[in-house]
Amino acid sequence: MNRIQKVFEEKETDSKLMSLFLTAGFPDLDATVDLILGFEKNGADIIELGMPFSDPLADGPTIQYSSDTAIKNGVTMNHIFDMVQKVRTQSDIPIVLMGYINPVLHYGIEKFCQKANEVGVDGLIIPDIPIEEGSIIENDAREYELSMIYLVAPNTTDERMKQADEKSEGFVYCVSVTGVTGAREGEEVSKSVNRFIERVRQNINHNPVMIGFGIKTHEDANDIALNADGFIVGSALIDNIKSNYPGDDWKKNIFSFVHSLKYGD
Amino acid sequence: MTQTNTKPYNFPDARGYFGSYGGKFVPEILIPAIQALEQEYLKAKDDPEFQKEFHGLLKEYVGRPTELTFANRLTEHYGKAKIYLKREDLCHTGAHKINNAIGQVLLARRMGKTRIIAETGAGQHGVATATACAKFGLDCIVYMGEEDMVRQKLNVDRMELLGAEVRSVTSGSRTLKDATNEAIRDWVTNVDDTFYIIGSVVGPHPYPAMVRNFHEVIGKETQRQIQEAEGKSPNYLLACVGGGSNAIGFFYPFIEEKSIRIIGIEAGGLGVDSGKTAATITKGSPGVLHGSLSYLLQSKEGQIELAHSISAGLDYPGVGPEHAHLKDLGRVDYYSITDAEAMEAVKLLSKKEGIIPALETAHAFAWLEKLMPETSEGEIVIVNCSGRGDKDMKTISENL
Repeated sequence: MNRIQKVFEEKETDSKLMSLFLTAGFPDLDATVDLILGFEKNGADIIELGMPFSDPLADGPTIQYSSDTAIKNGVTMNHIFDMVQKVRTQSDIPIVLMGYINPVLHYGIEKFCQKANEVGVDGLIIPDIPIEEGSIIENDAREYELSMIYLVAPNTTDERMKQADEKSEGFVYCVSVTGVTGAREGEEVSKSVNRFIERVRQNINHNPVMIGFGIKTHEDANDIALNADGFIVGSALIDNIKSNYPGDDWKKNIFSFVHSLKYGD
Repeated sequence: MTQTNTKPYNFPDARGYFGSYGGKFVPEILIPAIQALEQEYLKAKDDPEFQKEFHGLLKEYVGRPTELTFANRLTEHYGKAKIYLKREDLCHTGAHKINNAIGQVLLARRMGKTRIIAETGAGQHGVATATACAKFGLDCIVYMGEEDMVRQKLNVDRMELLGAEVRSVTSGSRTLKDATNEAIRDWVTNVDDTFYIIGSVVGPHPYPAMVRNFHEVIGKETQRQIQEAEGKSPNYLLACVGGGSNAIGFFYPFIEEKSIRIIGIEAGGLGVDSGKTAATITKGSPGVLHGSLSYLLQSKEGQIELAHSISAGLDYPGVGPEHAHLKDLGRVDYYSITDAEAMEAVKLLSKKEGIIPALETAHAFAWLEKLMPETSEGEIVIVNCSGRGDKDMKTISENL
């Protein structure tokens, strides 16, 4: 059983797992490891570590900003592997690398998967690899024991949800609304999300489901993830980092935000 | 690599691949949209009514067929092969782009989509899309890099006059690549009612094939016209390549005629090794951008690099996947021309033929300097004169 499966296995029935997205190298190169460890202490169950890309076409302004900043900070794929390796000396939190395919392709897919496995990465989320294009990476991911996590959206057909379930391992990533990443008004999301999650539950039986896009508070998470196994926060966390960094106690403030996301104020 | 394959050229395959290139590398949210588009396009392609309407508009509205003009003074200037020009600059709106815009607007209407979005670099595709939307009464939003809006002010004014909303893109390099990102983000957000009219043979399947097919009329007319004028096939075809739509439309019907040498010219910018270039095939390597796998200009970390060209329409760090495939097959040769060489070609064509070419188009003409000495009398060169230069007068004046 890998670390992702284990964390779902150990989850208490009524609780929700919290997965946090952080762009590696944002807000600076040195902070990433500390932030991940602090997130874990304050309630994070899974970390999605973003591999920045110059052209993040499924992302809104917030993650465009963190990606740009990380690239300007000079983050490389090898830095990202180093960060994971450092976290692994102190923590067993599941780490999923998330990012667009081009930097992975350029690094060399097999070499990438091998290295990711070596440093202790558990899975991959690649938003511009739909099921149709999965063959470009699936064999190497399997070979190096990395879980492929596919996404489903409100406009995904039942048939494709079943395929995403079959191809995914660890969990399936449910995108709550059609649109780019970014914090939204909770109401905008929760209105339509129940019907979507109902359909997800009918079609996805092998994997737990995590829901993301538009969650920015504990209350949003409760509403939106009501019938999911957990929730994902990305843009709201990046926004919080952006507003605190580099003020006094910036990490402390961020960790308290993370704590409130999971447990309420 | 030389071509050893004797099977007929028939790409893309069912997965949308041209050999190793192409595919549909898009977020899940867009999959239903591109599947619906593919289904509808395949139906329309074989629907005589659709074809009749499309070709009717190309005739009555675009002004096709465009002429094939013998360039007598340019031919005299080089004193070798005869040079002909395929006059896409005579199309309504001033470039070939309108063929594709009309085709896609007809499809959008068939699919009941009421909101059209497009990206534009030089503004030619934006103008063509705005024009087609005006003709059919559809809402039109064009994404354009802030930088390009300054360089191509005239086209911004044209689009607005045609009733389109031009949205300034301030992310990234503020050019075509970023305008494309923003258009895709809009599409992801408004996928239900929105049709994305891509302006070149790029993007996820079925766009590269569909856009090619809307432009293949260029090559088909040329085939017929050169037979009428000379009673034989040309020896050389020459076109500029940014994303590559004018080139592929011109080349495609000739691909099986193996005796014809086909040449695509990229924008070398300040020189292919200067770091300021848009010569994607010459200088790039395979990667994924904007939904397909093709050659890209990218850093050692796989980040997309900024392209540079004097011509906004060629200023793109990617290229259509079919060009990548034709390059690997060895069927088309790709070279590059610098900004300065393109400017010289603008002057030469203007003085010798009374035709001011677009800066994009001038790249193809500039290659005549290298090609013509290798040719001989009795041979025929056809250059795709893809667009006219009025829109570039500001840049041209600054560089004279």
